[in-house]
Amino acid sequence: MSFFEPYLPAVRLLIFLVGTVAFVGLNAAYLVWVERKGAGRFQRRPGPMEVGPQGLLQPLADGLKLMSKQLIVPPGADATLFRLAPAMVIAPALMCLATIPYSESLLAPRNLNIGLIMVFAFGSINVMAIMLGGWASRNKYAIISAARVVSQNVAYEIPMLLVVITILMVTGTMNLNDIVKQQGPYFWDWNLFRVWENPLMPVTFVIFFICMLAETNRAPFDMAEAESELVAGAFTEYAGMGFGVFFMGEYANILVGCSLATVLFLGGWQSPIGLFPGVWWFFLKLYALVFTVVWIRWTFPRTQFYGLLNLSWKILIPISLVTLLLTAVVMKLPLLF
Amino acid sequence: MKAVREVLSGTKSLLVGMRLTLREFFKPTITVQYPHQTLPMPERFRGHIELRRDPETGKALCTACKLCERACPSDCILVDGVKLEGEKKKSVTDYHLNFTQCSLCGACIEACPSDAIQFTKRYNLASQTNDYRNMDLVQRFKDQPEKK
Amino acid sequence: MIAPKESTAGTPSNETFTLNLGPQHPATHGVLRVKLTMDGEYITRAEPVPGYIHRMHEKMGENRTWAQYLPNTSRVDYLSAMTYTHAYVGAVERALKLEVPLRAEFIRVITSELNRISSHLVGWGAFVMDLGGFTPILYAFDDREKILDLLEAVTGSRLTYCYYRFGGVVADVDTAFLEGCKAFVKHMRPRLDFYRALVTDNIILRKRLEGIGMVSAEMCRRYGACGPVLRGSDVAYDVRKNEPYSIYNQFDFDIPHYPQGDSMARYNVRMDEIEQSLRIIDQAVAKIPEGPIMGKVPRVLKLPVGDFCYATEAARGRLLVRVSSDGKDTPYRVRLRTPCFCNLSLFEEASKGMLLPDAIAFMGSLDLVIPDIDR
Ligand code: SF4
Ligand code: SF4
Repeated sequence: MSFFEPYLPAVRLLIFLVGTVAFVGLNAAYLVWVERKGAGRFQRRPGPMEVGPQGLLQPLADGLKLMSKQLIVPPGADATLFRLAPAMVIAPALMCLATIPYSESLLAPRNLNIGLIMVFAFGSINVMAIMLGGWASRNKYAIISAARVVSQNVAYEIPMLLVVITILMVTGTMNLNDIVKQQGPYFWDWNLFRVWENPLMPVTFVIFFICMLAETNRAPFDMAEAESELVAGAFTEYAGMGFGVFFMGEYANILVGCSLATVLFLGGWQSPIGLFPGVWWFFLKLYALVFTVVWIRWTFPRTQFYGLLNLSWKILIPISLVTLLLTAVVMKLPLLF
Repeated sequence: MKAVREVLSGTKSLLVGMRLTLREFFKPTITVQYPHQTLPMPERFRGHIELRRDPETGKALCTACKLCERACPSDCILVDGVKLEGEKKKSVTDYHLNFTQCSLCGACIEACPSDAIQFTKRYNLASQTNDYRNMDLVQRFKDQPEKK
Repeated sequence: MIAPKESTAGTPSNETFTLNLGPQHPATHGVLRVKLTMDGEYITRAEPVPGYIHRMHEKMGENRTWAQYLPNTSRVDYLSAMTYTHAYVGAVERALKLEVPLRAEFIRVITSELNRISSHLVGWGAFVMDLGGFTPILYAFDDREKILDLLEAVTGSRLTYCYYRFGGVVADVDTAFLEGCKAFVKHMRPRLDFYRALVTDNIILRKRLEGIGMVSAEMCRRYGACGPVLRGSDVAYDVRKNEPYSIYNQFDFDIPHYPQGDSMARYNVRMDEIEQSLRIIDQAVAKIPEGPIMGKVPRVLKLPVGDFCYATEAARGRLLVRVSSDGKDTPYRVRLRTPCFCNLSLFEEASKGMLLPDAIAFMGSLDLVIPDIDR
């Protein structure tokens, strides 16, 4: 025991990282299944049914198919960037998920006290990856898509961060685990309903959720892919697993976004009844959010580009500024009396 | 004020939409898991044509008059027949249908004076070979058991 | 909102590039190619290049007998095959001065209107899909399936019906069909409310369609645009009302038209037309008389020398079939004046200065069927 003692943190770290990678891989594959099943149900059809019971092996078959395809680099494309971009989508998502506290004990390898900042720092790389991928493919549709992605993300980063600042002011910490700990097991203890700190807290959550959809390029804000306009946007030229990794990256990013929303607003791993460990409560909340994302996608048409920017600059940013100010005022109110 | 109202009514329309799709989500599916399940074909379904049988003699009704050949807009029928001993009319010996060109219009059936052809209900007719380029309907007729 | 007029699109810029929209593009539904000259995401020039699915339907008419051309008519605009067959059959009947029995006329009206609804449903679903909403098209197909089942039971086919004949229709309808029609009308009305709540009232959709793709009545006149495009620009022109054919003058229905001239107006016209078609079906099913379904038709068709026209209101607008006969048993010339070709031709002018996604929405609102353009 004493011999292994000094290595334990490293081993723990390794196991955690491997676990995270496996978690992301599994989720990315099975979120595609969830998405397709969900889409099917929304459209009154059963979705994939053929491979395995209820089509459960479909992601496997899809993965095999994608892997067996040739990776084509179009002539004239920047081969290095073209190959790098998919990796750059998925890697930051992995990094982000490594910081998420899944339960009280299943913490990040290090209890990062700047976890929140780290998530946002890595989260923003996603945009650059899509832009690089679009640019490197030397395709006009891809370039239009790349330009859209950048302006969309710039526009939505602002309200998102404003909202997060509001949360920071309420919680007073950037340590994701501490943020969870501050919230109680019941929903009126969640940050979502801390209305005595800020009466607009539920609105803040909605803004966060909208921004998350926009940042992860999900419908109705899927400007980058917009298949009826830009064929497949930045991913038009990608074949085989290059496309597959982009696809997985998209789902990994959704996972990051929903995890973050769970941690920041929905009380993370806090369980109202001690029936089963907190981690299951975390996943319950997480997948409820993921389902909502799928639900939204299969309900609405896509927004127009200026509609998207209008929404951000004219509605979301003013409201998030108001919530920020309101929180500040409410927090300082006791000083007046 | 107008802007605020627009935001509110807009949000409401979005929520209404989400409620509607969620309701659909819990309704049973309406699709048929083809090819495991199939639907009954309607009586008048227009599949490719086939020769009809005279219920009394058990022979093909076709008299090889070639009217269907002439009526077909797509030129996909080839008929030939011989006059057998002791029979008033010719009987068909060759009836070839190029189904790859057939537009399933029914002109042949309407043209036939002896009501000797009819539509089948076959529809799974995709093939990687030239199977349906030259369908021998006389052979098909012979292969079919006589219905009592 | 960024109005297209304020864009830099009007000012000459040497930074334009050419973007090929199609022939294999998800938004062109089939094989239309639009050559776009773009300034950023603004379109400075959009040049439609049709012809990728040209099948020479008009030329085929010249070497087939009159009756042999019938199957062709349902393959021009495959979504509203009935009205196309109707126009051709009508032209020949006019030439031969054939009497069509009343029951056949009623059957024609019912099937045509059912076909119009099914066509509008596809058009609606595909339009919303162009805007990125995938689910509505499957709901639309669910309802359309009911129509197709009805029509398949009478005609034997689900898309290319080839059901009308000179002097009548080829097969009679039964009570099951009429009952089915009644049931469908009853089923469809609440569905329209459902569609309205799910899609029409949706703020995202409204924002994408309102004020986008302005087409004035004057522009429609110049390009010969017709159908819902024309009615969306406040011209209440419908062949069924303005030059009634068949027995349409016996029915009570309105011509929906909207003054805005934008994509939303065209969208609304189509949705309202479904309602009006339901009304017509309702009346026709209630009034349909007994009787023969085929009139007296000579065995060998020989049209008198001359030109004969017949116009019908297809789902996408005014369809005119003109047949010229030189007295032989084959047409001298068959000319199809199809609505989509005219509706497409105004795309170039109207889309100038538009953003790409708006242009896609605009094209969707024209509800083009590509084989109808390249007949
Ligand atoms: S159905 Fe029409 S195309 Fe087919 S064989 Fe008969 S006449 Fe020819
Ligand atoms: S028209 Fe009828 S009888 Fe004459 S050849 Fe054709 S199938 Fe035979």
